[in-house]
Amino acid sequence: MEEKKELLFLDHITMKFGGLVAVNNFYLKLLPGELVGLIGPNGAGKTTVFNMITGIYTPTLNRIYFQGKDITGLRPDLIAKIGIARTFQNIRLMVNLSVLDNVMIGFHLHLQSNLTSAIFKLPGYMQEEKNIYHKSLELLKQVELEEFKMEKAGSLPYGQQRKLEIVRALATQPKLLLLDEPAAGMNPQETKELMDFILKIQKDFDLTILLIEHDMKVVMGICRRIIVMDYGITIAEGNPAEIQRNPEVIKAYLGVEANYA
Amino acid sequence: MGKKKEARYTILALIALAILVYFAQNNLDDYKLRILNISAIYVTLGVSLNLIFGFTGQFSLGHAGFMAIGAYVTTLLVLPPWYKEMIFIIKPLIWPFTIIQAPFLIALIISGIFAAGAALLIGLPVLRLKGDYLGIATLGFAEIIRIIANNIPQVTNGALGIKGIPEFTNLYWSVGVAIFTIYIVRGLISSSYGRALMAIRENEIAAEAIGVNLTYHKVMSFTLSAFFAGVAGGLFACLISTIDPKAFMFTMSYNILLVVVLGGMGSITGTVLAAFFYNFFLEYLRSVEAGFSIGPLTIPEIPGLRMVTFSILLLLVIIFRQQGLLGGWEFSWSRLINIIKKIFFHQRATEGGNG
Amino acid sequence: MSLNLILQNLANGLSLGSLYALISIGYTMVYGILRLINFAHGEIFMLAPYFLYYGVLIFHLPWWASFLVAILLTAVTGIVSERVAYRPLREAPRISVLISAIGVSYFLQNLAIVVFSGIPKSFHRPNFFKTIFQFGEIRIQSTLIASVIVSTIFLIILIYIIYKTKTGLAMRSISVDIETSRLMGVNVNRTISFTFAIGSALAAVGGILWGLRFPQIYPLMGMMPGLKAFIAAVVGGIGNVPGAMLGGFLLGMVEILYVAFLPALSGYRDAFVFSILILILLFRPEGILGKKVQEKV
Repeated sequence: MEEKKELLFLDHITMKFGGLVAVNNFYLKLLPGELVGLIGPNGAGKTTVFNMITGIYTPTLNRIYFQGKDITGLRPDLIAKIGIARTFQNIRLMVNLSVLDNVMIGFHLHLQSNLTSAIFKLPGYMQEEKNIYHKSLELLKQVELEEFKMEKAGSLPYGQQRKLEIVRALATQPKLLLLDEPAAGMNPQETKELMDFILKIQKDFDLTILLIEHDMKVVMGICRRIIVMDYGITIAEGNPAEIQRNPEVIKAYLGVEANYA
Repeated sequence: MGKKKEARYTILALIALAILVYFAQNNLDDYKLRILNISAIYVTLGVSLNLIFGFTGQFSLGHAGFMAIGAYVTTLLVLPPWYKEMIFIIKPLIWPFTIIQAPFLIALIISGIFAAGAALLIGLPVLRLKGDYLGIATLGFAEIIRIIANNIPQVTNGALGIKGIPEFTNLYWSVGVAIFTIYIVRGLISSSYGRALMAIRENEIAAEAIGVNLTYHKVMSFTLSAFFAGVAGGLFACLISTIDPKAFMFTMSYNILLVVVLGGMGSITGTVLAAFFYNFFLEYLRSVEAGFSIGPLTIPEIPGLRMVTFSILLLLVIIFRQQGLLGGWEFSWSRLINIIKKIFFHQRATEGGNG
Repeated sequence: MSLNLILQNLANGLSLGSLYALISIGYTMVYGILRLINFAHGEIFMLAPYFLYYGVLIFHLPWWASFLVAILLTAVTGIVSERVAYRPLREAPRISVLISAIGVSYFLQNLAIVVFSGIPKSFHRPNFFKTIFQFGEIRIQSTLIASVIVSTIFLIILIYIIYKTKTGLAMRSISVDIETSRLMGVNVNRTISFTFAIGSALAAVGGILWGLRFPQIYPLMGMMPGLKAFIAAVVGGIGNVPGAMLGGFLLGMVEILYVAFLPALSGYRDAFVFSILILILLFRPEGILGKKVQEKV
């Protein structure tokens, strides 16, 4: 391994719910700029890993480090503040708010103005609000959602909603982006666009990305490194070619979907 | 439409309202003034509840408790010491209320601060709860406040209540406070903090994941909401001039909730209209109860009939118009002008989006 | 405190608890199925003793017959309230249904004021209920014994219905998932009506026993017992029928013992009850017998 310092380090974390071990001894080092895929059958514990990184769960055992700092058990909003953003498997948008508002909310955590200057619309706040507005529009432009800015987020088609959720995550200005099944429910054309989109934002925003995905075309197409989980443990790790050849993986998971590769 | 133009319209409307209030205050009889005052106080109560419930999505049934705090604090501050000494007959009033007296404005502000303080203490633990559980817990706290008021005669004169509170509340006060409340709540809602509150309402987990500090924002909204409820309680006491713990039963919280839901949750305009509609209508229904004659047939006075009629209409409205009178619709000048243009000039005006 | 006094208080608590248990079942069953806090349940409770009162006074029915008719009429009121005020809102936001429940509550309360007048009426007690039994030092009113026996009988019938009959199975299944139950052939509307009927009938029994215990009836008498029975349902685990019974008995016991041990603070009795509610909500929101549900992320 090179000398580069890792961005995220999951030091053999374990998550138990009662008697059930959802994630067992999970080890992961993410280097800055990597795009890593996390795959595995349903219930393998992938989303639980995300939930531990983002502070929704606190690991039962061992620690999580981000940029060398211990972030285990930190509140989700503080996790977002230090630069980890995520999307959700079942899209979680503010469905009754406008598309634009959904993005603008993402900037709230970096707001400098206090409550009073926000309520009374003091100049300092208005300047910040203006910047947020323009940056949000800029983000929406990049994903071609600008024309829908005043629509309710819930009225967008499914594929657009997924994109909007990613844009909202980008608005928090993360260093690490966690995408939970971004291609779920998309048609082949949308999936193709999504892959380009992910690669583009990774470059434009200088992101490190960890990606959960069931669609093997996506994972094999854009990830250099893939981790395979089953029953809460890592059963394989490597580049797409290695993963496709790994007998463990084929046995646990890929067997049925090998034709995608 | 430009922001400048909107602001100019708003100022003109406020001046018109001020003139209207001036004439109403000087020309209407006490009975009509009382209804207008009550309605304006309900605007304050409803808009403040809308902040925590309609905009932040936190189900609170505690407004009666915060009102009670405000009502008692204002009462104790505005009454002269000699009078307080005279009326506290169960147990003598305790220091420092025996010596202090404050002007109405100061009393109202302190009332709001006390109610907000109580909300802060209650909100910190309780706002972790969600939905019905939160509603029941806040209702529980409001009842506890009322029961305490009942049991500390050295501060509240117990169940006997306090009579002869100076009737300071007039339309200048009640409408002034209502406008101030709307100004603050609108200012908050239209800011980045307001977006954070609505994000919590829409999806708590997502809001937290994009960096919204749930506790801070919920407690802030709850505390601010309670502040205005406390001020409204003070106005209420100085309007009806008699208070006792029974005035702040949980049914009071229900009534404010009715105003918010009838007006449409998350619509300030709706709350304002519903507050007036609710009180005017309840007053109008007094005629139902008062007894009347149709030809030779005379219907005697029937107590309760007013509320029976009211509850039937309430049920009809909620069953046939679930989103409330206005849904989430909010007043803006450009919308109003569009409507006027459509009606009078048959123009197809464009909906003004604002950025 | 002497042993006798403790036993006396326990007996008191048990009988008050049995009344709360009867009322709280209506709350818990309706919540379990519709996720609705039926704010009108306290008013349903209030109607029953009035029905009985007028049955005896105007229709000269024997007490027992009037008792049965009152229960029947109360059950019908419960069914009608659901049909009129809740069923049209089945797909509506939950807050609308809650407002509707408040509307029904106001309606029944004020209808009672219109029809029965707001002045409290003294509730007729047959001679049997005036007897006082003496067990050594302990004196127990027959009403207290009757409440425990009657409520136990009704609770056993209820448990039988819920766990041993087909209707009970239907009730349990729609409390898990209305849509799936419908697909599996459960008649959802009829089952919900039946749930309201049972809940209201039990509240009716509770209301009549309440009238015997505190022999005065008035249109607002349902408010506080209703609220407390709801608390009992939360304490036991909302949606859980045995939990509501347990919560009811516990609440009655706690109230009586609180006053017995802290007579100086008896004015704070209800505040104490609300504090328990809040503590339960904060530290064990699923109640004593309820199951924990976690939102899936």
